[in-house]
Amino acid sequence: MKIILDDVSHRYGETEVLKNISFSLADGEIVCIIGPSGCGKSTLLRFVGGLERPESGKVLLSGEPPAGSLNPLTYVFQDFALLPWRTVEGNISLVLEDHGIRDGKAREVIDDVLARTKLTDFRKAWPRQLSGGMKQRVAIARALSVRPAVMLMDEPLSALDSQTRELLMDDLVDLWTREGFSACYVTHNLAEAVRLGHRIVVLSRRPGEIREIVEIDIPLAQRLDRLPELDRLQRRIWTIMRDEARAADMEIADVG
Amino acid sequence: MSDERVARTTGETVRPTAGGERQVPFRGGGFRHRPLGVVSPLVFVVLILVWELGSRWGIISDIALPAPSEAFQAFMALVETGMLWKHLGASLYRLLIGWTIGSLLGIAVGLMIALFSLARAGLLPLVSALFPIPKIALLPLFIIWFGIGEGSKVATILFGTFFPTVIATYGGVDNVDRNLIRMGQSFGLSWLSIVRKIIVPGALPAILSGFRISASIAIVLLVAAEMIGAEFGIGAYILMAGALFATDQLIAGVAMLSVLGLTIGWLIGRAERVLLGWRT
Repeated sequence: MKIILDDVSHRYGETEVLKNISFSLADGEIVCIIGPSGCGKSTLLRFVGGLERPESGKVLLSGEPPAGSLNPLTYVFQDFALLPWRTVEGNISLVLEDHGIRDGKAREVIDDVLARTKLTDFRKAWPRQLSGGMKQRVAIARALSVRPAVMLMDEPLSALDSQTRELLMDDLVDLWTREGFSACYVTHNLAEAVRLGHRIVVLSRRPGEIREIVEIDIPLAQRLDRLPELDRLQRRIWTIMRDEARAADMEIADVG
Repeated sequence: MSDERVARTTGETVRPTAGGERQVPFRGGGFRHRPLGVVSPLVFVVLILVWELGSRWGIISDIALPAPSEAFQAFMALVETGMLWKHLGASLYRLLIGWTIGSLLGIAVGLMIALFSLARAGLLPLVSALFPIPKIALLPLFIIWFGIGEGSKVATILFGTFFPTVIATYGGVDNVDRNLIRMGQSFGLSWLSIVRKIIVPGALPAILSGFRISASIAIVLLVAAEMIGAEFGIGAYILMAGALFATDQLIAGVAMLSVLGLTIGWLIGRAERVLLGWRT
């Protein structure tokens, strides 16, 4: 299944937040959206998943989702969005119950996704007992359980400390290498973008416009071994972003 | 070389030295509660003991305040004649029916106000207008509407518990994390599933603390309602004792209400521990 954004623009009241955004996301591809704070990247992701509607332009799907996909467009949120009154297992079964998957069948699915995210021992744990990194793993397991065609990841590692972020990035690369999921990955962290993205869409400050789309053709699994190349790339993207980021920073200071 | 110096400085104690070193003064204390489990029963025991001794030694006049032992004797008389169960049973019945129906209706209306814009626009002003009316003032009306028997008494308690429950419920729903609701929507959960599995459990802490308030209001209104046309009930017993200036019985009756309140508070605490076990 392919996602195509066609000339998407949006404003909140008088404030223009996004302007003429067009790009597409193919099967098995991770597209990172990066931009300074307040550039509308999270809003853009909400359009892609149908949680909000853009004022103009279209978000199109082409092709059918893979057979057995329960929720083709599935989010992973920055704040994990786990129900504190359900255990790890209960949080996953929450999204299966509405699809009529219960008891034995649900147990099979839960066993499978917990094994894939290395969470098998945490099945009965409560969210409050888990570290941030583990919570996000649970959220990723929950997303996998509905067999998404595309994962919509909204700054999934931004609430974590840098060591945990590093570990989870490795896990995501492993997962992608094994399963080849597609994802739209919003972040403000350049290091994440160059580690995980096949393509990086660089947005300007508000109103968010596409400044550049950078393709990275180094296979994900090899990126850790080719850090100098990634570093050069990261610096190149940073030069595109730096002035924007600085201007965005000043803008907020003006308002304040 | 530098290692050696570090080892030496950390090895030394921090007592004042010739170099004028001294320990950093500690100023982080206070503003923190320690659990002192024995204090609260002790306060009760000491208070009752002082009261009893005061009465025995004649410091407290018997007319002004009967001794706790006399109130206890009045209570034992109730137990022996079997009247305790009649009074208590009648009161508990009214309390249970009135509070249960009032709370259920309150939760239902509170959820409606929280979930539907039309209900919020239509009912919220009504709730705000009716909540501050003292239900005791409406008692004569309730007697006309629901009869002098059980109806008016249950209705008083029902109305008294309904409004605080409405407010606790819709306030609780309004405070449920919007991101959790958005998560539910993003996974394609049905409206009913989102309400049942995300909104109601999320509002439950607020609803349960609303129960604490509504239960206390129910006890206050119980006594008020039983003061008119009730043969049995703790309120009727207190009223009768008051009319006869039988202050020992009056104190016994008031103590029963206090124990009733404590028991209900304890039960709600238990319910919180079972239903909100995920919090601790």
